[in-house]
Amino acid sequence: MKKFLIKRILQLIPTLFVVAVIVFFITRMLPGDPAAVMLGPQASAEDVAAYSERLGLNDPLYQQFFDYLVNLLRFDFGNSLNYNQPVADLIMERFPNTIILAVSALTLAILIGVPAGILAAKKQNTFIDYIVTTLSLVGVSMPIFWLGVMLVLLFSVNLGWLPSTGMGSINDGLWPFFRHLILPSLALATIPMAEFARVIRSSMLETLSNDYIKAARSKGLKETIVIYKHALKNALTPLLTVMGLQFSKLLGGAVLTETIFSWPGMGLLIVNAIDRRDFVVVQGSVIFVAIIYVVINLIVDILYKVVNPKINLDDQHGGGS
Amino acid sequence: METMSEIEQSKELQYLKAKREQSFLRKLLRNRFAALGLVIIFILIITAIFAPWIATHSPNAMDVSKSLLSPGQQGHLLGTDSYGRDTFSRIVYGSRISLIVGVSAVLFGAIFGSLLGLISGYVGGRTDSIIMRMVDGMMAFPFILLAIVLMTVLGQGLVNVVIAIGVSNIPGFARVFRGQVLSVKEAEYIEVTRSLGAKHGRILFKHIVPNSIAPLIVYATMSIAGAIISEASLSFLGLGIEPPTASWGSMLQEGKDFLVLSPQLATVSGLAILFTVLGINLFGDGLRDALDPKMKV
Repeated sequence: MKKFLIKRILQLIPTLFVVAVIVFFITRMLPGDPAAVMLGPQASAEDVAAYSERLGLNDPLYQQFFDYLVNLLRFDFGNSLNYNQPVADLIMERFPNTIILAVSALTLAILIGVPAGILAAKKQNTFIDYIVTTLSLVGVSMPIFWLGVMLVLLFSVNLGWLPSTGMGSINDGLWPFFRHLILPSLALATIPMAEFARVIRSSMLETLSNDYIKAARSKGLKETIVIYKHALKNALTPLLTVMGLQFSKLLGGAVLTETIFSWPGMGLLIVNAIDRRDFVVVQGSVIFVAIIYVVINLIVDILYKVVNPKINLDDQHGGGS
Repeated sequence: METMSEIEQSKELQYLKAKREQSFLRKLLRNRFAALGLVIIFILIITAIFAPWIATHSPNAMDVSKSLLSPGQQGHLLGTDSYGRDTFSRIVYGSRISLIVGVSAVLFGAIFGSLLGLISGYVGGRTDSIIMRMVDGMMAFPFILLAIVLMTVLGQGLVNVVIAIGVSNIPGFARVFRGQVLSVKEAEYIEVTRSLGAKHGRILFKHIVPNSIAPLIVYATMSIAGAIISEASLSFLGLGIEPPTASWGSMLQEGKDFLVLSPQLATVSGLAILFTVLGINLFGDGLRDALDPKMKV
């Protein structure tokens, strides 16, 4: 286990280096002079030249890359001109909002998806199974940005029950906070919910066909004990992997949901920064999201190994699909 | 000259192959969900090919005096958008963009990704390590984020959308194909072929590639669904297909601003995406089950 841990952590170094290289070169390839684009059309040539100098854009590329790596190691992501504050502060402001949304969506997905999957497996080939299977297939095929828009149409425009955008402050009380959280969480939870139902259904069915389950049943054990104590326990391992992958996707991939609901998280920060060509913010936040993504996948791998020590994970490191 | 027994043997092999293909097709079509998926895909392809004959109006013809008409008004089956363009015709033409981007981006990702996976899995050692660390690095970005960042660099347009989504697809294909190559490489018949003196090219393209292709086909099918959603997402964010070309994502983005006046705009464009993706996923699931139910794709 210790060897596995060290090996997996060491593997992070080249991965993160590649991430840093990709982000550096992509942001350097942005069309136009970054300083001129960021300062806007009314900026004078002197201002552009001075800002280029400040950003280090006049240095040779290898020097820029070296400075960038050194700054990254110090968690210095630079300063945003648009927001007039360090990118690290912006990230620390926005990231907790993304966590709130991701945790709430994941909780919703577990609370609905897992029991639905168990129910479908228990009642295989019945009407309930068909409903769960069909709904989960629709769920994984759902364009969530469309679902978001439809939720706004129904609950905000037509019924007027819930706010369509923004985030409520916890200082205004729990209800205003939750009212703002419901629609984006529901939209974001759809795909993981469907995914969980599918995974738990198929792994439960696989486990239920095993000999030891047949033996437990023939011993006269109650069906509830067979299902929840024996079958579910084994079906949880694949669920754990999918959960981890989905959580890292939720943390990094909530770009569309955050844009639709104007949720002030990392996704919206990146989209707005791209809109304003604020490449310092794009660079810093994309790299931050990638680090979080890689670290969560590492934690999932470790948990997977703890739950299932016999599994060889050598070929499964890295991010999800 | 071939002996009688060799001829008989080859006939028998052909018969077995035909029988296996027949049973695969039967299995695939017997699955009602897969058959439904195939029907949806067929409708999509027909719509895309015959768009000029199916559409009732030109998809880009503007008439501001007819803006935001309700469905059925003045001969507009699904109404019009804010520029007075016919929504039905734009949905019909939008299928072309989805199909072109879906298939081309996946082909792009599959060709480059599989090549990387093949080299990585077959050569092994340091080459494998270097390629896989690169793949890991690319996989560290959430798919949509990588596509968004690439689109920012490349700029709007059909070809750029294909490249951005295609590049984002490379690591997935590399990972799947490498895994497959690794497992086939160790098979006994490959050892035998090698010991008989077969060259690398022959082992790779005559034995390893054909025997690794099944999961790749399933993965590619599922990836087309993902690519269609990605195109719609990029266009929804204003980073995808250039206006005025009809794309379901950009139609949805426009419809979002007219939810009160014309809710059908956002509704039908989203439904078009949902049904297309659902059809491809249904077919992909069926394909996986027919090829090998235990396949982990």
